[in-house]
Amino acid sequence: MSTNVSTLQNLAIDMQKGVPMKPAAETSAKLVTTDLNFYYGKFKALHGISLSVPTGAVTALIGPSGCGKSTFLRTLNRMYETVPLTRAEGAILLDNEDLFAIELSALRRRVGMVFQRSNPFPKSIFDNVAYGLRVNGFANKATLQESVEQSLRRAALWDEVKDKLHESAYSLSGGQQQRLCIARALAVNPEALLLDEPCSALDPIATAKIEELILHLKRTCTIVIVTHNMQQAARVADYTGFFLLGKLIEFNATKIIFQTPAQKETEDYVTGRFG
Amino acid sequence: MDRLLIRRKAVNAVMLGLTGLCALIAVGVLVFIVGYLFYSGGSSLNWNFFTKLPTPVGESGGGMANAILGSAKVLLLASLIGVPIGFLGGVYLAEFGGTTFPFVVRYMTDLLNGVPSIVIGIFAFTLIVLPQKHFSTLAGGMALGLMMIPISLRSTEEFLRAVPVSMREGAMALGATKTRAIVTVVVPAAMQGIVTGIMLNLARVAGETAPLLFTSFGNRFWSPGWGQPTATLPVMIFTYAIAPYEDWHRQAWSAGFVLLSLVFAVNVIARLALSRGGHQRR
Repeated sequence: MSTNVSTLQNLAIDMQKGVPMKPAAETSAKLVTTDLNFYYGKFKALHGISLSVPTGAVTALIGPSGCGKSTFLRTLNRMYETVPLTRAEGAILLDNEDLFAIELSALRRRVGMVFQRSNPFPKSIFDNVAYGLRVNGFANKATLQESVEQSLRRAALWDEVKDKLHESAYSLSGGQQQRLCIARALAVNPEALLLDEPCSALDPIATAKIEELILHLKRTCTIVIVTHNMQQAARVADYTGFFLLGKLIEFNATKIIFQTPAQKETEDYVTGRFG
Repeated sequence: MDRLLIRRKAVNAVMLGLTGLCALIAVGVLVFIVGYLFYSGGSSLNWNFFTKLPTPVGESGGGMANAILGSAKVLLLASLIGVPIGFLGGVYLAEFGGTTFPFVVRYMTDLLNGVPSIVIGIFAFTLIVLPQKHFSTLAGGMALGLMMIPISLRSTEEFLRAVPVSMREGAMALGATKTRAIVTVVVPAAMQGIVTGIMLNLARVAGETAPLLFTSFGNRFWSPGWGQPTATLPVMIFTYAIAPYEDWHRQAWSAGFVLLSLVFAVNVIARLALSRGGHQRR
């Protein structure tokens, strides 16, 4: 049995030449964390996470609830800083640049985020997409119109909303609202997009649309997605990281994680033995 | 078994009847008041009531135009004091306060809200009327303005707190600073609620009498200016109702009816504005 597993594993690695193993530093990496620890007050939520997010690919983070995957995601654009008494230790590099040295609004323009629950602003569809551009000072009227259209097209929403750009964003369905939030994040041309369980509140059809969208987007934008849904990770992700109790147990090509994981915990989780 | 069922049905019927009766009483009181006001004051309610000054004692007719305008002026002043302080204070409490200071402020405003309105009146009297040595519209406006502060502050705070965290995060994830997110997303999201709260607040202080008795006092003529005493609807009702003239009683009823109608109209408008919002979350 054990020999079987190891041959399979070798096979899988052979099949995908140049797959970055943890910490995968040799491929071009968009985001690299080194020995990242994170605290909510005195509670240590992340223990020494070292992970490289490969450029132009989809990286999925899986693991049971409370394992720290969302917390990890929120360190990548320093979104955790909105929560009092939180602290991150260790290094994070964005394109080899110290992420903690980047000015906050510039960082968040470069690393966009879409949340678990769609959170359109109480504004029109147009104003929602234009928000990031306006906040960042790209308020030229002609280019604004163009950028909004382009972002909505990239989020595969344009055809559905082009005739009602000035209606309330709340007139859209749940799935459309989530795609609107993706369009809003894309409008400022981020280099990376963080998706925090973007489909957990959506039905299967809306989920399929978002997944299709993710596969399209990865050509232009590095994507990190946190998901509870292992099938989703298997469908969309090139790489998958498994988190457990604040530790990164394993990080590898998605196929390997799901077919021949190196760690017992990973195998137990992906085969549904716990979690 | 059957007895148990009968018992349960009986208890159910009694409780249902009781709750229905209480609901009916609550509505009935309002219907009765409005009906009685209209019955007693309807006869004096005519165009003159809204356009003419009160007539001298013994002469019939006349109106309360000066009191209607006076009430409007006092309420305008009250809003100028109560709305900005309450609104901005509420923004601070909901968005920027730590833990201790907002707790203290919240507690204090709740106490201020519980201060009897006549005490607020005495305060304004001591602060403005005594030094000036005469009653004034200004003092009345200030008294009502002070009464508006706690409610507009707390309602602003509550409506801002009701804006989901995800919305603030959404704005900040796009590169907005906290202040920018509050100004461009959070406050607009809560605006309908805040405006409704303020309008209901205004409607509530519009009927206050006690703090006006010794601040804006009263006036049988047009008030000559902000620094001079003015007639207001509630004080007019008080004065006319305790006077020994049949005609004045009728006019007091009419004034009551007008005041109630105005408050009712403000209520309806505020609630419509709240429910008809273009960006209401479904």
